[in-house]
Amino acid sequence: MTALLAPTPTVDLARLRGKARAIRREILRMVHAGQSGHPGGSLGVADLVTALYYAVLRHDPQNPRWAQRDRFILSKGHCSPVIYAVLADCGYFPPGDLATFRRPGSHLQGHPCSAKTPGIEASTGTLGLGLSTACGMALGGMLRGGSHYYYALCGDGEQQEGQIWEAAMFANKYHLSNLIAFTDRNRLQTDGDTEDVMPLDPLPEKWRAFGWHSWEIDGHDFTQILAAVARAKREHDGRPTMIIANTTKGKGVSFMEGAAAWHSGPPSDAQLALALEELAHD
Amino acid sequence: MTEFRQTRQGYVDALIELATEIPELLVLDADVAKATKTADFQKKFPSRHINCGTAEQNELSVAAGLALEGFLPFATTFAMFATARAGDQLRNSIAYPKLNVKVAATHGGITTGGDGASHQACEDIAIARALPNMTVLVPGDYEEARRATLAAARHVGPVYLRFGRDTYPVVPALHGEFVIGRAKLLRNGGDVTLVSTGIMAGEALRAAEQLAAAGISARVLHYPTIKPFDAEPLLRAARQTRGLVTAEEHSIIGGLGEAAAAAILEAGLGTPLRRIGVRDVFGESGQAGDLLDKFGLRAANIAQAAQALLRPAAVPA
Repeated sequence: MTALLAPTPTVDLARLRGKARAIRREILRMVHAGQSGHPGGSLGVADLVTALYYAVLRHDPQNPRWAQRDRFILSKGHCSPVIYAVLADCGYFPPGDLATFRRPGSHLQGHPCSAKTPGIEASTGTLGLGLSTACGMALGGMLRGGSHYYYALCGDGEQQEGQIWEAAMFANKYHLSNLIAFTDRNRLQTDGDTEDVMPLDPLPEKWRAFGWHSWEIDGHDFTQILAAVARAKREHDGRPTMIIANTTKGKGVSFMEGAAAWHSGPPSDAQLALALEELAHD
Repeated sequence: MTEFRQTRQGYVDALIELATEIPELLVLDADVAKATKTADFQKKFPSRHINCGTAEQNELSVAAGLALEGFLPFATTFAMFATARAGDQLRNSIAYPKLNVKVAATHGGITTGGDGASHQACEDIAIARALPNMTVLVPGDYEEARRATLAAARHVGPVYLRFGRDTYPVVPALHGEFVIGRAKLLRNGGDVTLVSTGIMAGEALRAAEQLAAAGISARVLHYPTIKPFDAEPLLRAARQTRGLVTAEEHSIIGGLGEAAAAAILEAGLGTPLRRIGVRDVFGESGQAGDLLDKFGLRAANIAQAAQALLRPAAVPA
């Protein structure tokens, strides 16, 4: 067996914080280099995705198709910079590729494509597809009798798509307890506050009504993220899990935090320099 | 006496044949299992039939997920839902990542009948054909539908299979080997060429008989594969005969007729061509046969178009 990135019994939280900071820096460099992309949401889920890839998922970058690996599906595909930064750091492809984000000829498309990028499990982009695809994958894993898990990350605005609730019913019907999903609850979408654009509250109650386990956590607290995954695995009673992770869009960069305007669009040279400076230290 | 059978039955009979040979084969449906006939498969293989409820968008993306896990999903629903309701999922979940999903669409075309325009998909071939990576199969009778399904299962990559709702005449000329991407020469002839897809094969053959009675020798080329399009026999016909009539139970926009016209013009040929199909209108409720009459999708319509082509006045000086 090649070097597995297996979860360690004792998690080094300082290491995770350092990784997340490095991932955030890469996100900003990528969006700046590509001169387009979605920095706000990507920064907001950097802690979640870091926690999953460096402390939860069993995966092997040398063997991306290893049958028993845990799978991660980024349903909010516009946050591709975060997954690209993590996959490159893990060794799925050369880190130098990140500078080609959104450029002609690059495998790093604006929204991830499983046919192009090693480590990308499913193509996503148009909202709502990813959770359904994750359901199909999780059903497949269950039919094969695998003991691995399927992790999906949805946006909160994404849950205005009807397909999300089709998937919610499906996962309940087929008892997909191997599916552990997260909602990036940053309360902001392209046109502003989710509760103004199209109200979503109360999300945990909605998911519970659809037959899922669902509760809220702080999506920037590694201890809470890891505890939530452990709890989802413990409650292995035939129900899928939707963890509502309260996050701050643009987290880690003072002028991007909580600003809907940073949903998409690149930072200027000066803004990039300032942001990288802020992310240089804890 | 002509025998009538359902193309959707040919589809499901093939699935039942394949199930033992291919353990990864799964059948998905969207609360229309009795109408699509996948209920027959469900009776024999209940654990391999996944009813997604009336949620076709989820159905197609779930199929993509199953394909990513190495299964061979046949996602089944009506053509209207497979291409229009779940058009995004057909495109982005299946075609774009080139997944090994077979999308089986029944109730294609005007012969869906009594349900009327809301359920009569006459643009599904155009939608599926416009998607990169997508193979598009439109068989013409029960046996060809069965063979198309067998071929689709062995083909790696996304396939859109189109079947009808009604019973359709059995056309023995269609029952030879089914090779994806290969047109079938159903009848040789030197004056004019009739080009069919789907259930119009039988009408085209009857049109050729009618033309023969009028002293016109008609060739009949059948396209159970719309994409990839087998241009070579069409171009040969365009060179060897004086005109072509395409016939499809589909809009004249985006289907066989336009594929044929484009191939002929891009080859630098100017052979006259007429398209028989639904002429950019919505369908309506009625018995399938009455609708084929009303929308001009009969042998007589094909024969008339061919005769009009051959009249000297049809070709401007």
